[in-house]
This record gives sequence, C-alpha cells and structure tokens, in this order.
Amino acid sequence: MPEHNRRYNLMELMVTVAARQLENGKTAVIGTGMPLAAAMLAQKTRAPHLITLFEAGSVAPQLVKLPLSVADSFTQTGALMHQTMNEIMEACQRGVVDYTFLGGAQIDCYGNLNSTFIGGDWRKPKVRLPGSGGANDLASLCWRTLVIMPHDRKHFVSKLDFVTTPGYLTGPDAREAAGLPPGTGPYRVIGTLALMGFDPESKRMRVEALHPGVTPEDVVADTGFEMQFADPLPVSEEPTDEELAILRNEIDPERRIIGRS
Amino acid sequence: MEIERTEPASIDPVGELFSSPDVDAARAFFAAKPRTLTSKLMTVAEAVDRFIHDGDYLASGGFGGVRIATAVLHEVVRRRRTHLGFAGHTATHDFQILAAGRCFDRCDAAYIVGLELRGLSPCARRYMESGEVRVAEWSNATLGWRFKAAAMGVPFLPVRTLLGTGTFEKSAAKRIRCPFTGLTLAAVPALFPDVGIIHVHRADIYGNAQVDGIGIADWDLARASKRLILTTERIVSTGEIRAEPSKTLVPYWLVDAVCHVPYGSFPGNMPYEYYSDEAHLAEWMEAGKTQAALDRFLDKYIHGPREFAEYLELAGGEKRLAELREMEPLRR
Repeated sequence: MPEHNRRYNLMELMVTVAARQLENGKTAVIGTGMPLAAAMLAQKTRAPHLITLFEAGSVAPQLVKLPLSVADSFTQTGALMHQTMNEIMEACQRGVVDYTFLGGAQIDCYGNLNSTFIGGDWRKPKVRLPGSGGANDLASLCWRTLVIMPHDRKHFVSKLDFVTTPGYLTGPDAREAAGLPPGTGPYRVIGTLALMGFDPESKRMRVEALHPGVTPEDVVADTGFEMQFADPLPVSEEPTDEELAILRNEIDPERRIIGRS
Repeated sequence: MEIERTEPASIDPVGELFSSPDVDAARAFFAAKPRTLTSKLMTVAEAVDRFIHDGDYLASGGFGGVRIATAVLHEVVRRRRTHLGFAGHTATHDFQILAAGRCFDRCDAAYIVGLELRGLSPCARRYMESGEVRVAEWSNATLGWRFKAAAMGVPFLPVRTLLGTGTFEKSAAKRIRCPFTGLTLAAVPALFPDVGIIHVHRADIYGNAQVDGIGIADWDLARASKRLILTTERIVSTGEIRAEPSKTLVPYWLVDAVCHVPYGSFPGNMPYEYYSDEAHLAEWMEAGKTQAALDRFLDKYIHGPREFAEYLELAGGEKRLAELREMEPLRR
C-alpha cells in the first residue's frame, strides 16, 4: 500500500474488493462486521439482486444501515421472511446457499480459521475469543467461503492455535475424508495486500491479484506460510469515487468499520 | 449398490457433556408438568427464586444483545446464583452479565465473550481466561440443533458440520456412519436445559406468548427447556393471542412464569420496539476492564436497584428510552 495514497484507506480497499466478489442472483449468509459492509456495497453497486441471509433468521432483507449484530433490527428491515437460525443453517446444509462471508483471527495456507483462542492452551487461554459462532457451520455447508482479514503475520500464520472452522483442513480431499459435503470450501480471501484464492490441485492459498502498489515481496514478508502466486498476476482495481461515497455516506457513516484503518 | 467409504482418522471428541440427553427422563418430566390454566404472572424476583437454583443449567433466548431477558439475568446476578451451567448460544451481553456475576462454572460455547462488532467483553474474557469455567466447544447450528433434538424428543441429530476441526474435538459430539448412505456424520446430543429464559413482545397471564421478527433459536429452546420463564413487553388478553395464532411462540402449558417487564431487553435491541443502547453497552465494556470498576458498576446497576424499572431509571430513564424507540427501524 503506497504511503502517498490519500483517496482511500486499507479498510475501504478491502471492503470494495470484497464486494466485487459477490454475484447477482446468488444466496449468501453474511457474517458480522466487514463482510456485512461488503455485502451492502455489492447490493448498492454491481449486485443489487444478491440475496442476503442472516444466520439469526432474516431472509433477503432490504439493508438500509450497517447492522451491529447479525440479528438486530437492521438485518430485518424489508425482509421477505423472518425465519429461525436452524432454518437458515438447514438451508445451508441442503445446498441452497452459494456463499458465506466470514472474518477470523487467524488463517492458515489451507484457509482454516481460528476464532477460539490465541496463546496459552484451550483450558487456560491467553486470549479467549468467541469461538465458532456460525462460522464452522457456514464454512462446512455453504458452497463457497469468502474470508476477509487484515494481512500480516499475526493473522496469516503457519499453524493455527486452534482449528475453529474448516478450510481445506490438511489438503486435497481432507474435507471429504472428514465427512464434509463434497464441492465446498474456501474460495477467496480478501486482505489488506492482495486478493487470494486457492490452487485447485494443492488447495493451498495463492495470490490472485495484488492491491495497487503492493509487491509479491511485501506479501511474502507479511505471510507466516509459503504463499503461492498466480501467473499472470493482475493488480486489484482501486475503489471508485462512487463506491467510496456509498461506503462512507450510506453504509458506514459512523466509521465503525472503515474507520479502523 | 454397495457404498464403500474409509473412516476418517481424526481424533474422537474429548469435550464434556454437561447435560443428559436422556429422552425418557425428559418425557417423564414433561408428563408430570401441570397443564392447568392458571395465572403465572409474578415478579422477576419470584420467578428466579422459584425456578432458577444453584447448579441448574440455564439457556438464554434471543441473540445475545437482541431480545434478551435482561431482567432475569440481572436477578440471577443479584441473588448470586452460582455453579450454573450455561448454553453460550449466540451469547453476547447475556453472557457478559452472567460472567460478571461469576454465576456459571460450565459452558457449552458456540459464541461467547464477544459482542460482535462492539469487540470483546473484558470481564467475560477475564472470567473465561481464569481457567475456572469448564468449556465444551460447539457452533451456533449444532447448539441450535441440540435444542431441536430435545424439542423433537430424540437423543441426537445427525449433522454435517463440525467434522475435521478442533471445534469437533473439543465438543461432546460423536462421529457416526449413516446406516442408509454410509456418509460420515456428527451426532449432536439433545440438550434439555433446566431453565430457559425468553423475552417476548406480548403474553397473556397464562403464558401464551408471541414474538415479532426473527425467531433465532427460541422455538426449539422453549420446547427443550424443562422450566420456562418469560418476560414480556406487554401483558395482553388471550383473545389478542387467538386473533393472530401464527405469531405464537409457545402455548401456556410450556410456561412456568410470566413477568411483565417493559423495556426488558434493554440495553439490547427489541425488534419493532427499541434499538440497542450502544452508549450503555460501551459503559459496560469499559467498566469490565478492572475488577474494582466492575464491582462499582455492578453495585450501581445490578445490586443497588430493587427492580428492573429502577435500573432503567439509572441508565437514562424515559428520555433515553424514547431516543432508543426513535432509533428503532422496524417501529410501527
């Protein structure tokens, strides 16, 4: 990320790149925080018919303002249906949900996520985190998992302190061997340095596009595992003025997410 | 067709099972539960006195900071209930309150400690990092399905999540093979809480209760719970319930106590009524940073007030509540 850029910050870049990964006419269960901001931006720009679902039970709401919780009233405005958590999760298990969009505290080269604890051990952790929430279920059951996370060695690690949520587990075929539904798994990881995907053979993470001003060396320096790179390697499209205006004025005027940069 | 599958080599779960999935014991309990049409209207203090005892396993409805029975949670802390089991299902502010009171010592954790976008609760973290609480890891769906198994009266449900992860290894689920397809599945055991607490929009004095908006896990939680305490924004006539029966969450014979608590989800959100009080939740998080500040905070807001209305007055009263009503996007 070049120092001279004053037009947008890293959170705004991440949310914008993330929003562009979501498609019109697809179903997506959206997690709290950055994923929510990205889904709202997608709906207000390229994917007005992205169908958002919330794990607490809201189906296809018309989102007007950033919800603070995946259950709060702002996830329920203009909904087609108010259901229950089990019904949303069962739709995922049935194969109806195309995408899920999650965050986390740590990710490894196979896209496995930790949101349970950091440091110490499980019985007496140094930092206790929330745990799975719906993440384990959603990443097990939805067809494609998107993850959004700041890119540094604290987040992109060689070994997770705890495998809360499944990516490709230990590599090719490991999900299927464990009993998870075939054809599911991590699809994109959106970070502060790059857009990443997974090598179809090895199931290891690889950079699909570098953010403006970022070099492969920057990515290597900030990644705790051996990162792979696609060839050719395009540069992520910068946020447009329109995207930034919608993000700042309509979605997150209180700067709860984009103000964290 | 013969379906051959190799058994995965992952480790069997080691998490503790804090409650029995004995469905026949549950049937016997539910068989003996009175169905008589009597008023169950009582104060929150009386409900906690009668129905929540030290050592009970407690489950809280709503979604942590949305449609929670705050008054009951405060009363549990005020009465210094201890050694509770707790279903940390989408638990956020509800978890923070009980952690501040050190009320539980075992927890089925799906989502705990955090308050979603608001960050981690310092007091909940401190308690969970002390090593004093026994934990089993779950996920939102698997805890929801554990309530559902109980509501169905079956000892477990087969599901396709958890598998292959640390969450599975630290749960009390089991890996099974489907007798029809040969698929590997996780069996999640029925969870029958001793007590469920749910905040609703309206109820009559007998316990017929209705909720507006998303249901979260409350349909199953209400049926899984052996005893059920409801707090309600409004007390209505049975006729009002009968006028719109598709909104009914529970009929009266599942309910043990009905407590009239306007603004009962405060500082949480109550869809269609009032939004969450972010300033007050921030005050909670700030106070939790040190034990001394937390003790003063609990004395002021929980141990001091004789009832929930006094707490509401201390936390901003009518003026603040009117603002929260104004902020609620679903308000009619």
